[in-house]
Amino acid sequence: MNVTLKIWRQKNAQAKGKFKTYPLQDVSPEMSVLEMLDYLNMQLIEKGDAPVAFEHDCREGICGTCGLYINGRPHGPMRNTTTCELHMRAFKDGEIIYIEPWRARAFPVLKDLIVDRSSFERIMHTAGFISINTGSAPEANSTPVSKIIADKAFDAAVCIGCGACVAACKNSSAMLYAAAKIAQYAMIPQGKVEAKERVDKMVRQMDAEGFGFCSNTYGCEFDCPKGISVDFIALMNREFFSSKVCKQKHK
Amino acid sequence: MALAGIFLMLFLVSHLLTNLLMLAGDEGKAFDQAVELLGHPAVKIVEYILFAAFLVHILLGVLLQLINYNARPVKYKKAPRTEISTFSRYMFHTGVIILVFLVIHLINFFFVRLGWAPLPEYAEHSHDFRSMAVVLFQNPWYSGFYVVCMLFLGFHLKHAFQSAFQSLGLNHTKYTPAIKIIGTLYAIFISVGFAIIPVYFLFFYSS
Ligand code: FES
Repeated sequence: MNVTLKIWRQKNAQAKGKFKTYPLQDVSPEMSVLEMLDYLNMQLIEKGDAPVAFEHDCREGICGTCGLYINGRPHGPMRNTTTCELHMRAFKDGEIIYIEPWRARAFPVLKDLIVDRSSFERIMHTAGFISINTGSAPEANSTPVSKIIADKAFDAAVCIGCGACVAACKNSSAMLYAAAKIAQYAMIPQGKVEAKERVDKMVRQMDAEGFGFCSNTYGCEFDCPKGISVDFIALMNREFFSSKVCKQKHK
Repeated sequence: MALAGIFLMLFLVSHLLTNLLMLAGDEGKAFDQAVELLGHPAVKIVEYILFAAFLVHILLGVLLQLINYNARPVKYKKAPRTEISTFSRYMFHTGVIILVFLVIHLINFFFVRLGWAPLPEYAEHSHDFRSMAVVLFQNPWYSGFYVVCMLFLGFHLKHAFQSAFQSLGLNHTKYTPAIKIIGTLYAIFISVGFAIIPVYFLFFYSS
C-alpha cells in the first residue's frame, strides 16, 4: 500500500517545528506503525536526511514508551492499542496520515515526535510508592485481600504511563494517570496506610507540573490503550476530599 | 465548581416550578403569590447564597478555561477525533451563552424589582413579573432568543449533572448509570419547561 505521511519535524526543544510531507510507497499492511517509520527512516538515511526521531522500546504494548498522535487520536484509530501494536492495515491505501507529538505544556517536545514526560515521573517521585523496608517476601496469607479488590487494583496498575490520557484530554489533564497510580495503592491494605498523604502530594505535584484540570469529558478513558476507567478519577477525588478533611497536621 | 453547580441546579428547579405557575390559568394569582414570597427574609438569605454560587461558578469556570487553554500551548493540527460528548466539549461556550442570557434576564426582571431599571409602563408594580413576561414574550424575537438560550442551558445541564457527581467522587457501579439517565431527564425537563412558557404566550395567549 501507499500512504502520504505528514510528520511534525522539530530540530530540538528550542527550534520552531513544522509539518513535512513524505510520500511512502510499498508499505506492507503487516507493518506496525513504528516499523513503517523505520522503513521511512531507512530511506531518509539513504538520502542523507535526518531520520524522524520517535520513542519506542518494548514494541509489545507494555512499556509505554511509544506514543504518537495519529490522525487526531493518541495511538491512532484503534481503541485499546498502543502505537507499536497498531498496524498499517488500520489505514486505507492512499490515506494521508498526520503524525504529531503529544501536545501539552507539561510534555515539551524534545525533537520531532519525542516529548519529555518526566513530569509523570516527578508525580510518582512525590509519593507513588509504599514505604516499607525491603527484605524477604512477606507471607502472602497474612494480609488478606479479596479477589474483587485485587482485580480492581490491578485494573489501575495496568497503566503504562504513556501519556495518551493527557494527549487525548481537551484540557491536557493528567487526572487519569494520577488516578490510576493513586488507585492501585489506595484499594489494597498495604497502600491504605499512606493513602491520605499520597493523594495529597501527588495531586499537588500534578497541578504544579502545569497539566490542565479535569472537566469530565472522558476522552482519556476512550483513548487509553489499557482501557483504564474514569471511575478511578472519581476514586481519586474521593480520596482527595477525605485527605483534605482528615489529614493530620505534621509539625 | 460542582458544589456551586449543584446549588444552581436546585435553584433552577424552584425557579421553573414558580414560572410554570404562570400557565396555571388563574390569571397569574398563584404566580403572584409565589413572587410575594421573594420578600420573605429566609428567601432573602437564600438569594445571597444564590448570588455567591453564581459568582463562584462563573469565576471558577473562567479560571478553569484559562488554565486548561494554557495547558496546551501548541494545538494539534489534525482536529481531535477522540470521541467525547459534544456537550462536554463546549461547557465553557454554552456557559458564556447562559451568562449573556442571565445578564439580560436580570436587567429585564431583577433590576426592575430592585428599582435599578425603570418600571415598564405595562407593569403595575415592581413585582408584576407576569405582565412584564407576557409583554416581552409576545415579541417573537425575544421569545426566540429565550427558547434558544434554554436549549443551550439544556446542553450545559446534560453534561453538568453527572459531571458534578464525578467531580465529588460520588461514583458507584450501581448508581452512576442511573445518575446519567436522571441527568439527561433533568436537562430536558428544565430546558423544555422554561421554553414552553414563551411559546405559550407567543402563540396561545390573548389578553
Ligand atoms: S514500545 Fe513499549 S508500549 Fe509501545
